Amino acid sequence: MVAAGRDGRPGIPTNPPLIRRILTAFIANEVRKVGVERVVVGLSGGVDSALSAMLAAEALGPTNVLAIKMPYRLSSAESLSHADQVIERARIESLQVDITPQIDAYFARFPDADNMRRGNKMARERMTILYDHSARWKALVLGTSNKTELLLGYGTLYGDMASALNPLGDLYKTQVWALADAVGVPDAIVHKQPSADLWAGQTDEAELGFGYREVDALLYMMVDLRYSRAELHAAGFSEAFVRRVGDMVRNSQFKRRLPVIAKISNRTIDRDFRYARDWGR
Amino acid sequence: MVRPQFTVAVAQISPRLGDVDANLAMYEERVRAARAAGAALVVFPELSLTGYFLKDMVSTVALRLDAPEVNRLRALSRGGALLAGLVEETPDYRFYNSAVYFEDGEITAVHRKVYLPTYGLFDEGRYFARGECLRAFDTQLGRAATLICEDMWHPSTVYVAALDGALTVFCPSTSPLRGISDGQEQDNNARYWELLNATYAQTFSLFIVYANRVGFEDGVGFWGGSEIVDPNGARLAKAKYYEEDLIVAEINLKHARRQRVASPLLRDENVDLTINELLRIRGRELEAAARAAALQPAGSPPHGQVVGGAAASQGKRPRGARHVGRQR
Repeated sequence: MVAAGRDGRPGIPTNPPLIRRILTAFIANEVRKVGVERVVVGLSGGVDSALSAMLAAEALGPTNVLAIKMPYRLSSAESLSHADQVIERARIESLQVDITPQIDAYFARFPDADNMRRGNKMARERMTILYDHSARWKALVLGTSNKTELLLGYGTLYGDMASALNPLGDLYKTQVWALADAVGVPDAIVHKQPSADLWAGQTDEAELGFGYREVDALLYMMVDLRYSRAELHAAGFSEAFVRRVGDMVRNSQFKRRLPVIAKISNRTIDRDFRYARDWGR
Repeated sequence: MVRPQFTVAVAQISPRLGDVDANLAMYEERVRAARAAGAALVVFPELSLTGYFLKDMVSTVALRLDAPEVNRLRALSRGGALLAGLVEETPDYRFYNSAVYFEDGEITAVHRKVYLPTYGLFDEGRYFARGECLRAFDTQLGRAATLICEDMWHPSTVYVAALDGALTVFCPSTSPLRGISDGQEQDNNARYWELLNATYAQTFSLFIVYANRVGFEDGVGFWGGSEIVDPNGARLAKAKYYEEDLIVAEINLKHARRQRVASPLLRDENVDLTINELLRIRGRELEAAARAAALQPAGSPPHGQVVGGAAASQGKRPRGARHVGRQR
């Protein structure tokens, strides 16, 4: 079942037609069963949100997808143009909300905030806009976080990580690229350097210190295939790399759980009070 | 009186999680459609009356076999047969993952799932009591057995069902899609099941009616792909992957006869050999446990008694280890 990659490591399977079929069925099912027909999605100009939006258009129909572009004054012009290309190609609804006034008003009060704080604030501001429009438009917020960034903790808690349903959450970046290519995301978007575009010149890979394909190969073996440290070293990953990535995964587990609740009663939420999100649907 | 030739349908549905009334309505509609297509028997997926990821809802959706909802199923089976998947509640308040075979208004057999997966995404052992029986049963459509999903991943169950005389094995299932490989139409779990069904059908020369569901619960999708497989391992009918469907096929028990004449594997099966070897292996395990218990420090055995230790030290065979067949 696991094909060998070029370097003898197990390759990450892609199978775009199958994944596309499953994800469009997932979106249609999990949206409609709660009595809703539409989704809103934050379109950044990056490949993840482009893919998410296009899958949703296929699943629900283009008029049922609202893409919201939320630039800040330091966002690259290219990002906005790429977002427009997706909107045009997928023929989805769109809206632009500039977040500059509210962000700048806040940081006028705290001018010594560093880039990380500013980036997180922007991500959370975008989340609040999406949720407001999901209420306004009777839609669900569609997520765009992929498995690589979720495992590494490379996302803002309650920011870009917040959504009602996330079709990409079990796909590594490598698989996102393959699927985006097959689904018709514009080439320029598929092939550009990933960036959160939170400050000028930011790129994911420079910030992380390693490439996505490299870390995906490691994460696939570490997480999906449950290789031990020794087995990962034998597969050619350096001890330092394995240790660093392992630490990132462990240290970001808090981002993937509900807040820790102190147990007092015999039946505590999310521990012994257990129901599906699809309760009764 | 057994009909050696009959039409069976599989209703590949997408149940609503925790909504028994809605799912009963689905059952009624599907049975109407299947009867219109000439089916004498309609097979539904595992837990299709309730949905799968019930969690704390198990006790809420559970049904006693004399419940009004179950009476609706009795009524629905009049003039034919149907196999339903539901949560069964016993008079002493245990809950089972059960498949109930109804024939012409009455319950013919109940199978309680014996292997409850409790690993990975599964948590059945938390909520359900384990079934303790594997029995073939007689129906108007021949002798059959029901095995639920995970039950079939243990070859021992199909083995027992075949030796108990089943010519058809019904496998109601609620199988999640997972694992992908390049260039494959279906997910890996689907492909694994297909290999299993074909292999078992041929190895035990019987029919397999595999009934899976579709839809999603909390992001977990179910792969559908229901199928009816003949004793040659060939597919008589195949449902769509990932979409609702209704498949129908004609089962002719004479095909099992033909297969068993050509390939008498079941006739040649040496059941005494299997039993003896299993007893030997089990006895070895029990003796090892008894030896380990006997090596505990004096004065500190749990509950004041070393279970099995006394027997081992006296050189007796552990209780239950009988040799069957001819003595050597």
